Amino acid sequence: MNLIDHIFKTDGIESSLNDKNQSLKFLKNHLNNDFSNLLIQFTNCRLFHNNRIIKDDLWIRNGIIQNPRQIFFEEKTQADLQIDLNNLLISPGFIDVQLNGAFGRDFTIDSNIEECLSLISKGLLQYGVTSYCPTIISSDKSNYSELLPKIKNYLYSLKNSTNLSSTIVGLHLEGPFINKEKLGAHDINTLRTLENGIQALEDIYGMSLDELKEIISIITLAPELDPESKVVKKLTEKGIVVSLGHSSANLKEGEQAVINGASFITHLFNAMLPFHHRDPHLIGLLSNFNLESHIYYGVISDGIHTHPSAINIAYKSHPNGLVLVTDAMSAMGLEGGVHHIGNQKVQIVRDPESNKRCAYLEGTKTLCGSVATMDDCVRNLIVATECSLVEALKCATEHPAKLLGIYPMKAGSLNYDSKADFIIIDDCVNVKATFINGDLAWFSEDSISNFKFLAQNR
Amino acid sequence: MRLVILDDNDGVSEWAAKYIKKRILDFAPSADRYFVLGLPTGGTPLGTYKKLIEFYKKGELSFKYVKTFNMDEYVGLPRDHHESYHSFMFDNLFKHIDIDPKNVHILDGNAPDLQKECDEYEEKIKQAGGIELFVGGIGPDGHIAFNEPGSSLVSRTRIKTLAQDTIMANARFFGNDISKVPINALTVGVGTVMDSREVMILITGASKALALHMAIEEGVNHMWTVSAFQQHPRTIFVCDEDATLELKVKTVKYFKGLMYMNNKLVEGQ
Repeated sequence: MNLIDHIFKTDGIESSLNDKNQSLKFLKNHLNNDFSNLLIQFTNCRLFHNNRIIKDDLWIRNGIIQNPRQIFFEEKTQADLQIDLNNLLISPGFIDVQLNGAFGRDFTIDSNIEECLSLISKGLLQYGVTSYCPTIISSDKSNYSELLPKIKNYLYSLKNSTNLSSTIVGLHLEGPFINKEKLGAHDINTLRTLENGIQALEDIYGMSLDELKEIISIITLAPELDPESKVVKKLTEKGIVVSLGHSSANLKEGEQAVINGASFITHLFNAMLPFHHRDPHLIGLLSNFNLESHIYYGVISDGIHTHPSAINIAYKSHPNGLVLVTDAMSAMGLEGGVHHIGNQKVQIVRDPESNKRCAYLEGTKTLCGSVATMDDCVRNLIVATECSLVEALKCATEHPAKLLGIYPMKAGSLNYDSKADFIIIDDCVNVKATFINGDLAWFSEDSISNFKFLAQNR
Repeated sequence: MRLVILDDNDGVSEWAAKYIKKRILDFAPSADRYFVLGLPTGGTPLGTYKKLIEFYKKGELSFKYVKTFNMDEYVGLPRDHHESYHSFMFDNLFKHIDIDPKNVHILDGNAPDLQKECDEYEEKIKQAGGIELFVGGIGPDGHIAFNEPGSSLVSRTRIKTLAQDTIMANARFFGNDISKVPINALTVGVGTVMDSREVMILITGASKALALHMAIEEGVNHMWTVSAFQQHPRTIFVCDEDATLELKVKTVKYFKGLMYMNNKLVEGQ
């Protein structure tokens, strides 16, 4: 949706723009309807910027966040359009690096993956997610060779389009090079080893490393399958994030992978050996003992997958590494019942204790992905750790962007000259509006009527 | 010369802002008749700027037909540096009000030819019709703008080397690293400010008490450059009680006795 279309079409000029004469002048000056170069100033708002929440304005133009001093002192122009946000908060958009599906669709098994990606990319906007990594879990070779080329073409077709959807920042391939002891909801028949090193990986995914690099951001693997870290090294040299997970590795094996380039831990605590004081296993990586590099770790803070106390311990020992992930599956955004994840049947029920919706393998007590949304995860993190709103927002914006190497220009910040993907939220992280490339991509009907628009008289 | 004595810093801020507002409103500026305002930076005018923003937000005052000229700017400090006077003015006043950026003038301390920048600044002031009201603050050594002690009292806009006292005092704004403090600045001259039709100097706090004494009770002296305004036909010093500590009781009593007249200047605001 074009922001200007919204302003002028939904409420009529008179009610949206305070002064009718100004509005008419404004419209006349922009009769050709080219609004992309409009200078927009969000005012009477707060920004989450540089580790603080500050009272300040946000300036955007051409999909880019602008430096207001430069506009004032060099261009000497004023905003074409001011939007008064009634003291709401602007944050960089959320980034979800692990999402299996939503709205009844599942990336791993969808028969129309293009439609699936398009639908979910649009649907995520309401939860404030402006960038995400569609996650494909362990599959047969045939499934990868079916899906990956299609996704490649789809991503290519999105380039240069002005699609107002959440941005796909590469896939997350979770498996199939994982430990059969730590399956989670993955299908044991699809699992593979890395005995043939990188060839095994290229063979299963059906693409060369160079081709993979174009469409993939993260690969989750079990480090014990790659004892000399040859695969880890090759992948990270190519710029693909290696995440450790679904693994029985001990701390030493984990450290070896990190030294060779691994930088992420997949859904900490889940599908790995628990913390033990003589061998803390992968969880021990959080203390950064023996290591110089920075490790990030994914946390599903849906209130089900990880106990708040466990999240708190992880957060307190390594606050700058926490990356919130939903790990949500196809039932996110849907009501209770039986749904599909991979080739498995999954049942959605409401947990009687926590009153949170959760997803089990049908007939078992095995958790298989959450139905939490990103805004939920931010709130749950605050409850679990008593961290500040700023700290929680960082875990959904700055940290994942840094993990993916797209911080600050492409995502995760409100820095000048960076891409204007941001959200408007209240102090309880209720998403009011989502902007992609500086344009209004989603808004909640009840809240946008509180915004005041003012066109400058030029 | 007028001396307006208020209880404290807040009183000074409010009185000064009301006075600026009244002057602008009485002037009734329009598209072909701008009000030209000279402005300072520093801690003293902050409260006044806050009040002006308040007036603007309440719809009592518009800066649409106001042109501003700032007093000074550091040389070589990036414009977006948090201590630059561009940043100060943008953050503390301009971004909050409806002033047209085209009407804002601040000396460019990064200009390739600094003297040319200064000469052009003088020219721009002339073209704007001269300054209607120049608001200033002073340093503890009585300097106005960066006209440090010893500056010529007929000086024009130019490059100035800062006094060691000023550099040391400014170090706190540059991470207490004296090597990071700019040592040169561009500044309007005492003569430039003298040419304004009216001058209002804000002086608050005990640390400025000696400077106020030298400004109004001693003779004109280029070691206390603010004293030059004794010879300006329309000067208002606005100070708080603390700043009067070095004045004679007689001086304070005399001017306090005139407060009922002074308050008429801002009546109804």
